[in-house]
Amino acid sequence: MTGATSDKELILKLSNVSKQFGAVTALDGIDMEVHKGEVVALVGDNGAGKSTLVKILAGVHAKTSGTIEFEGREVEIGTPGRALELGIATVFQDLALCENLDVVANLFLGQEMNPWRLNEIEMEVRAWKLLGELAARIPSVREPIASLSGGQRQTVAIARSLLLDPEIIMLDEPTAALGVAQTAEVLNLIERVRDRGHGVILISHNMEDVRAVADRIVVLRLGKNNGTFGPDASQEELVSAITGATDNSVSRRAKARDAASSVEEGAK
Amino acid sequence: MSDTQKFDRADSRVREDTGLAGAARAFVDRVRSGDLGMIPVILGLIVIAVVFTSLNPVFMRPQNLTNLLFDAAAVGLISLGVVFCLLLGEIDLSIGSMSGVASAILGVLWVSVGIPWPLAILAALAAGAFTGLVYAALLNRFGMPSFVSTLAGLLALLGLQLFLLGNSGSINLPFQSFLIRFGQILVMPGWLSYLLALVPGLVIFVFGMQTRSERAAANLSVPAMSVLVAKAASLTAVILIAVWYLNQGRGVPYMFVFFVLLVTGMEYILTRTQFGRSIFAVGGNREAARRAGIKVERIRIYAFMICSTFAAAGGILAASRLASASRQAGTGDVNLNAIAAAVIGGTSLFGGRGSAWSALLGVLVIQAISNGLTLLNLSSSLRYMILGAVLALAVIVDSLARQSRASHGRA
Repeated sequence: MTGATSDKELILKLSNVSKQFGAVTALDGIDMEVHKGEVVALVGDNGAGKSTLVKILAGVHAKTSGTIEFEGREVEIGTPGRALELGIATVFQDLALCENLDVVANLFLGQEMNPWRLNEIEMEVRAWKLLGELAARIPSVREPIASLSGGQRQTVAIARSLLLDPEIIMLDEPTAALGVAQTAEVLNLIERVRDRGHGVILISHNMEDVRAVADRIVVLRLGKNNGTFGPDASQEELVSAITGATDNSVSRRAKARDAASSVEEGAK
Repeated sequence: MSDTQKFDRADSRVREDTGLAGAARAFVDRVRSGDLGMIPVILGLIVIAVVFTSLNPVFMRPQNLTNLLFDAAAVGLISLGVVFCLLLGEIDLSIGSMSGVASAILGVLWVSVGIPWPLAILAALAAGAFTGLVYAALLNRFGMPSFVSTLAGLLALLGLQLFLLGNSGSINLPFQSFLIRFGQILVMPGWLSYLLALVPGLVIFVFGMQTRSERAAANLSVPAMSVLVAKAASLTAVILIAVWYLNQGRGVPYMFVFFVLLVTGMEYILTRTQFGRSIFAVGGNREAARRAGIKVERIRIYAFMICSTFAAAGGILAASRLASASRQAGTGDVNLNAIAAAVIGGTSLFGGRGSAWSALLGVLVIQAISNGLTLLNLSSSLRYMILGAVLALAVIVDSLARQSRASHGRA
């Protein structure tokens, strides 16, 4: 696996991006780069601002300040439609599927083939092919989403993001709800997408997954950049960056447990 | 079956429902999970027919049924419009008043001012479209719930209607004009009605065959021929019997056929176009629709405009039916009848579920009850109470079916 990828063509560049929710600063001066054919993992604790950053890039929230450059041009991503036009596809943590519509309708939502006389057959065939590429276990694409399990919904959401052949695909916790085989499939899929020359932004709490596929690991902490690591970074390095210091709650807890174990033994 | 596996039959967990028996089994499954489809309507119509015929045999006479269809078209159009609002999970409570305003505009412009009636109709429809635009703007700009804005609109439009009609209170429309004859007496010649009765079954068959061959070519499973033939044949038989029965009396009103054509057109828009798909998506999950790049605001504008325009069209038909534009037009139970018709027909008040057909089916139920109660010479106090109870019942069925669908993992 290659650690340095900065020689590849730059697709997305964030400079000094900030986001305020009222008095709360969710993001503060974030810098990030995504190149063609690399997987950038975005990690951080709860409340670090990962999902906020994703939503800004997806056009769901507007940034408060800073600049976003896409393929060398400065862009404003005002609406989700604009993000899709640019070629930024997103798989949201809450999936954003319409439960009352079937799988095909959800896959093609907003991108239906032949708007004035929907080509259901062509859409169904493409849906099967796309789901087949992902080795998806969906029994029928004509069932409403409401009848699918969490993992199946996740697969549908990922399949949908790939439909438009985007430049960048953002995955917000894509493996959180998946089984073992499906997680491996999604990781394979991420590598396949990268090998086709797309950029991937992956958000995950699962460090194993992150290290398995990421070319670079960007750590956020309390809305700020807190270091960039290669995939060979050690668990300790990542944990300290995520939590803020070598003296962090995880290490303190380990120490406290060692110290307290004898006392607790006595109490029992 | 060919040796290559069909795309949609590759998973061993999918039960293959082939042939008539398979279709019947799938249907029973759907109903048990709370997807009631047309069943409440058909049961309702049977009960209504039996009860009212036993109380007054006139009810089932062909003349009365023709009358019923004349009456149904006006409320039906209003109901067809409100389906678009309901699908979004919104509501328009001012459709009755809007229809009243439309009839007043028609009366004033046509009779008092002397403009040709087609132009007067266009003006009334434009007023409807503008009203819908206002509701959508209030919702989009100020986040004003449609429940409130249209309740305000109900009063404001009623005021406008009274203002337009002035002191006279009602304007009589010229009896000899095409519009009034369309609303009161024009029925199809027998041969034309029989010919048209064959069309729906034929259309279903031809398009069904086309879909079959296209699906087969695309390596997808093909619905059974027997089901397709049974569907087309039974529909044709039902329509033919109905048409034959109506032709024993006055015949099939052009006005009702006009309504059915519009329902068919709207059904096409809802199920076969991107716009229709977007309406269902916004009604099912607004945020998901927005993130999929659907312009939610624009969809709302179109839906509210369609709703109010159809309400205006319904008002025009009602005026042509009564040959007058009066202060009473569109007041009383028109509002709730139209909404109740859509709900009884199977359009959910909670958004994201329904069809244009629901307006047609529901309005037949509502109009049959209304017509039957009128034949019994019941006072309007009793009629309102009974219709109120029917509406409550329809909403209860909708809620229960929704809960059942949720527990069976259906949308």
